[in-house]
Amino acid sequence: MNILVFVKRVPDTESRIRIRHETHSVIEDGLNFVISPYDEYAVEEALRIREARGGVVRVVSVGRDESLTVLRKALAMGADEALLVKDDAPETYDGLRTARAVARAVEARFPGTDLLLFGKQSVGADNSQVPAMTAELLGLPQATVVTKIELGEGTLTAVREIEGGAEKMTLALPAVVSAQKGLNEPRYETLKGIMAAKKKDIPVVTLEALGLTAEDLAPQVEITGLDVPAARAAGRVLQGEPGETARELVALLRGEAKVI
Amino acid sequence: MIAVFMETRDGKIKKSSLEALSEANRRSADIGCEAVAVLAGPEPEEAAGPAFSAGAARVHVLVSPALADYSAQGYAMALADWAREARPAALLFAATAMGRDLAPRAAARLGVGLVSDCVKIGVRDGRLEFTRPIYAGKAVLSCRLRSSPQMATLRPNVFPLEGAAGGTGEIVRTDVVIPDGAVKGRVVEVLKEQGGEIDVTEAEVVVTGGRGLKGPENFALLRELAAVFPKAAVGASRSAVDSGWIGHQHQVGQTGKTVSPNLYFAIGVSGAIQHLAGMSSSKVIVAVNKDPEAPIFKIADYGIVGDLFQVVPALTGEIKKALAE
Repeated sequence: MNILVFVKRVPDTESRIRIRHETHSVIEDGLNFVISPYDEYAVEEALRIREARGGVVRVVSVGRDESLTVLRKALAMGADEALLVKDDAPETYDGLRTARAVARAVEARFPGTDLLLFGKQSVGADNSQVPAMTAELLGLPQATVVTKIELGEGTLTAVREIEGGAEKMTLALPAVVSAQKGLNEPRYETLKGIMAAKKKDIPVVTLEALGLTAEDLAPQVEITGLDVPAARAAGRVLQGEPGETARELVALLRGEAKVI
Repeated sequence: MIAVFMETRDGKIKKSSLEALSEANRRSADIGCEAVAVLAGPEPEEAAGPAFSAGAARVHVLVSPALADYSAQGYAMALADWAREARPAALLFAATAMGRDLAPRAAARLGVGLVSDCVKIGVRDGRLEFTRPIYAGKAVLSCRLRSSPQMATLRPNVFPLEGAAGGTGEIVRTDVVIPDGAVKGRVVEVLKEQGGEIDVTEAEVVVTGGRGLKGPENFALLRELAAVFPKAAVGASRSAVDSGWIGHQHQVGQTGKTVSPNLYFAIGVSGAIQHLAGMSSSKVIVAVNKDPEAPIFKIADYGIVGDLFQVVPALTGEIKKALAE
């Protein structure tokens, strides 16, 4: 199995987001960046498939040089090779632009890939667009938000989360799968893995070298504003005997908030 | 025109699709165009009624036996072919499991941008301006799309629904050709969660438990409270999920789901920043916690400082009484 995993560098989930209004951008100073949590499930699944079936696990990231750190993390977990598709543009929130870069990288560099794994969304842009868009651009079937994968011969069975349940899908390989929490429990890097990852050379390719044109890369999303949400004011806090406070709260929910 | 894809489950249009259609109808009035609904399937016209009462000027039905079961590939082909002919100014979806799976695929097929998970839509210079949370609600992005049709998914439970009873009107039929072998992935089985629980993203009331519950068995208290409401779901904090007390599909927060119910109960939830991100857009927030300094009280509309094991059963009883009146 030739498996490709796509990873993105994002601020960790404990981050407090601050905005630079002039440029509609997030202030990066002081943020701690990590591999997007859902991407870790994708890397882990790829490693488990390789352990069971043999093959090669390659990781790819589209972004600035700083993204090399998340590629090294995936190598330290056990991935065989990595590639950085260098994109110096600030966050565009434009999934199609990224999907075009990803699809071109697959066609140009990894044509024999059997399985493309993604996180179900990047933590931050929260788009959930790139996996399905990449699948369409490459003409491959997709299963998104997946909590279970089983491989057959030339096929894959995936369980994907839907409202109040799940769907079991079968896909012909090659295919695109995006990982949801619950797919597996990602491993920690070992010291040996970290040392080996440090020694690995990570090639870097530019968008232009992949054959992407200015037209392909022009963002379709025009950002008109970026802000933090209006803060919620603290409300009324009730203390006292449980039965009493419960009665008082229900009266407020009914009379004042009008939600009961 | 603004077109809205109508998702059906068990032969009925989903409420979140009708919410999106209601919003399309309001915005089309601002632009001076009409809102239409798009249904796909082997005999989709049978489900069309509610789309008319939610404001559709017409219902376009895309018909093929190959659309009997949902597949992103088949549905994206049908929708993209239709959109190239019909040329809607905008094409909207509900941001459901299906909408989030289908909209990006259709957008890529049309070669256009997509805005995910909108919570507000305005009109500026004749184009739609979308507002959406990013970083699970820690920031809010406004944007427009340069490409056409302008495509977006709309978060369920946010846009007001107008009339959802039956209705009649003009149905325009398009026969769709899906070539043999073009669909390489399909759903073979739908597995419903036991007890037919509704999803936290679709519930009008969410009752969420955290570490303060002390163990998985105590989610029973929250289920009893949720059962008092007609459309409620049980949620959980990340630490409750990571402790193995309840399935991850219940998780609310930055690595779980983002919810906007009418009423949100945070029970024994301290209020870590990644949890607050996922639920701050709820209309009314109630917190129950024994620690008066818990961060959750800083954003809750109403709080009770006390022992949840006493407060929650009392609340369940009081709400039951109030609803019975």
